[in-house]
Amino acid sequence: MDKGILHLHELKREFRMGQEVVQALKGVSFDIHKGEFVTIMGSSGSGKSTMLNILGCLDQATTGVYEIDGIPVEQMTRNELAEIRNKKIGFIFQSYNLLPRTTAIENVELPLLYNSRVSTDERRHRAVEALKMVGLGERLDHTPAQLSGGQQQRVAIARSLINDPVVILADEATGNLDTRTSYEIMSLFQDLNAQGKTIVFVTHEEDIASFSSRTIVLKDGYKVSDTYNDDIWIAADHLAELPKPV
Amino acid sequence: MRVLNLLKISWNAIQQNKVRALLTMLGVIIGVASVIAMLAIGEGSKESIKEQISSMGSNMITIRPGAGFQGGVRTNPSSQQTLKLEDYLAMEKDVDAITEVSPVVNGQGQVIYGSNNWPSTLYGVAPGYIDIRVLKIAEGSMFTEAEVNSSAKVAVIGQTVVENLFPDGEDPLGKTIRFNKIPFKVIGVLEAKGENTFGQDQDDIILAPYTTVQKRILAITYVQSIVASAISEDTAPDAVDQISELLRERHNIGEFQEDDFNVMSMEQLISTFSSTSEMLTVLLVAIAGISLFIGGIGIMNIMYVSVKERTREIGLRMAVGAKGSDILVQFLIEAILISVTGGIIGALLGIGVTQIIEKILMWPVIITTYSIFVSFAVCAITGIFFGWYPARKAAALDPINALRYE
Repeated sequence: MDKGILHLHELKREFRMGQEVVQALKGVSFDIHKGEFVTIMGSSGSGKSTMLNILGCLDQATTGVYEIDGIPVEQMTRNELAEIRNKKIGFIFQSYNLLPRTTAIENVELPLLYNSRVSTDERRHRAVEALKMVGLGERLDHTPAQLSGGQQQRVAIARSLINDPVVILADEATGNLDTRTSYEIMSLFQDLNAQGKTIVFVTHEEDIASFSSRTIVLKDGYKVSDTYNDDIWIAADHLAELPKPV
Repeated sequence: MRVLNLLKISWNAIQQNKVRALLTMLGVIIGVASVIAMLAIGEGSKESIKEQISSMGSNMITIRPGAGFQGGVRTNPSSQQTLKLEDYLAMEKDVDAITEVSPVVNGQGQVIYGSNNWPSTLYGVAPGYIDIRVLKIAEGSMFTEAEVNSSAKVAVIGQTVVENLFPDGEDPLGKTIRFNKIPFKVIGVLEAKGENTFGQDQDDIILAPYTTVQKRILAITYVQSIVASAISEDTAPDAVDQISELLRERHNIGEFQEDDFNVMSMEQLISTFSSTSEMLTVLLVAIAGISLFIGGIGIMNIMYVSVKERTREIGLRMAVGAKGSDILVQFLIEAILISVTGGIIGALLGIGVTQIIEKILMWPVIITTYSIFVSFAVCAITGIFFGWYPARKAAALDPINALRYE
C-alpha cells in the first residue's frame, strides 16, 4: 500500500507530569489518502486530542514517523511547523475561533496574512471565493456577532479553505451546533469532499461518523479499529427528513 | 509586505480598544508634552539671559585690579592702584586678540544744567569704549582721539541724564553742563539702552575723555579698570590669556605669585548664569522624564492585559501559520503605535502649552527641534522597551494551550 498524504507509523506521544510519564499515544499507524473523509473517534482520554494536535503540527510525536504531503515533521522547529500549518493544513474548531469585531472576509483572509507570497488583491479574491463556496457570498462584511453559530462555522470553514490545504482538520466542528445546523455543516463537508478535499474529522459523536467514508477509533492510546464505511449517509437527505423549523 | 500586514493587524487591534489605547497614551502624552514645554522654558530663559548679557557687549573683557598683598595684609581690590595707563597703552599695542581697548576712570558727582541738577557717574574713557559696550550715538558724535590727547572738556551723555537736565525737550547738543563745577560741552547723546540684567540703569552715564577725568576731576594717574573687546566670543578666552600674560609680565609677578588684577570675559559671566538655569532645566526634564517612564509602565501594563485577554486569538493565529516572531512583531508594533501616537499628540500638546505660556505668562520660550526629536525617539524606545516583554511572552505561548485558554 502506498503512502498517503498523511503517513503515521508507530507514533507515540508521552507527557511528563511531575514524576509520572503519561502515554497518550502508544504507537499508532495509519495512512490517509487524498480525497478521503476520515472520522477519528474515541471517548475522552483515548488520545484523540493528542492525535489531532500532532496531525495539525501543533505538537510533535515523542517517537515514530509523521509525514504530511511526504514531508517528515518530527525534527522540525517551531517556525518550520508554523510554515507547514500555514501552507498544508486548514483548521476548524468546535468554538469557531473567529476574531471578534472583525468582518467575515478579514477572518477568512487571516491565514494568508502570514504568507507573504500572496498579494493583497489575490488574498481578497480568494477570501471572496471561499466565502461563496460556503454560501456566505452575501455576508462578506458581517462581524461574528452579526452571524448565527452555523454561519460562524461556515466562515471558519472558508478560512480553512483559503490556503488550499492538503488536509482539513475539524475538531468537534459540530459540537456547538443544533442537529439541523450540524447536518447543514456536514452536508457542506460532504460537498467539499466531493470536490476532492481531504477531511479529517475528530469527534465523539457516532452519527457524525456515518457521514464519512472511513472511521478510525482510538482507545487508551491505541488504534482499535479502522473501518471503511459502505453505507455513507447523505447529509442533504437527512436534512430534508428533519421537521421544518417553524 | 509581511510587516505591512502586521502593521494593519496591530492598528485594527488598537482601533478595537480606542478608549483603552487613549488612556494608555495619556501617560506618554503628558510625559512628552511636559518634556517639550520644560525644555522650551529652560532654553528660553537661558537664551534671554544670554541676550541681556550680550547687549552689554558679549565680547567684552574687563580688567580690574585684584586683591593686593602688602606686608602680609590683603587689601580691598577696589582701593588698588595697580592698573596704570601704561598697561592700557601696552595692551593696545601688544595684544592682538582684541579689537578695542579703553581705560575706565569714573567719579560720582552732581551734574548741573541751568536750574536742573542730577546725581550721575562720569566715566573717563577712550573713544573705543562705545564699541566695547555696544553703545550707540543717537545724536552728535563721540569724542575723538585728538580730544583725548588735548584733555578736552567734552561729554557724551545718556538718556537718563538728558531727561533730568533737559526736561523741556531742549536740544542738549552744544550745551555746556557742569560736573562738579567743571564745565563740559555736550557733543553727543547716547541711544537709550534700559536696565541691564542686574537692574542698573545703563542710560545714567556721562562719557568724557579719560585724560580730562583723570586730570580735572579725580586728579589721579592710575586707571580704575580697563575694558577691551575680543575679536569674537570664541577668541575671548585667548584674549584673556594674552592680557593676563602681558599684565603679569608688566607687573613683575613671579611664577607662583597671585595676580594683582582680575581679567573676566562676558563669556564667564554668561556661563555662570546659564549654569543656574541649566540646572533648573535638568531638574524639570528629570521630572518630565519620570512621568514618561511611568507612561511606559502604563503601556507595559496594558500590553500584558492585552496579551492575556487575546490568548485564544494568539493561539488561532499560530494555528493558521503565524510564527512566534510574527506575534512578537505584532504586539511590539502595537506598543510602539501607542507610544508614538502618544508622542505625536504629546508633542503637539507640548507646543500648544508652550505657546500659551508665552502668550499668557510672557515667559521667553524657545522650542528646539532637538527637544521634539529627542522626546520622539524616547517614545519609540519606550514602546520597544516596555512592549518587548509582554510581546515576548505572547510569542512564547504554546498554541495548543492558547487555543484552549478560557
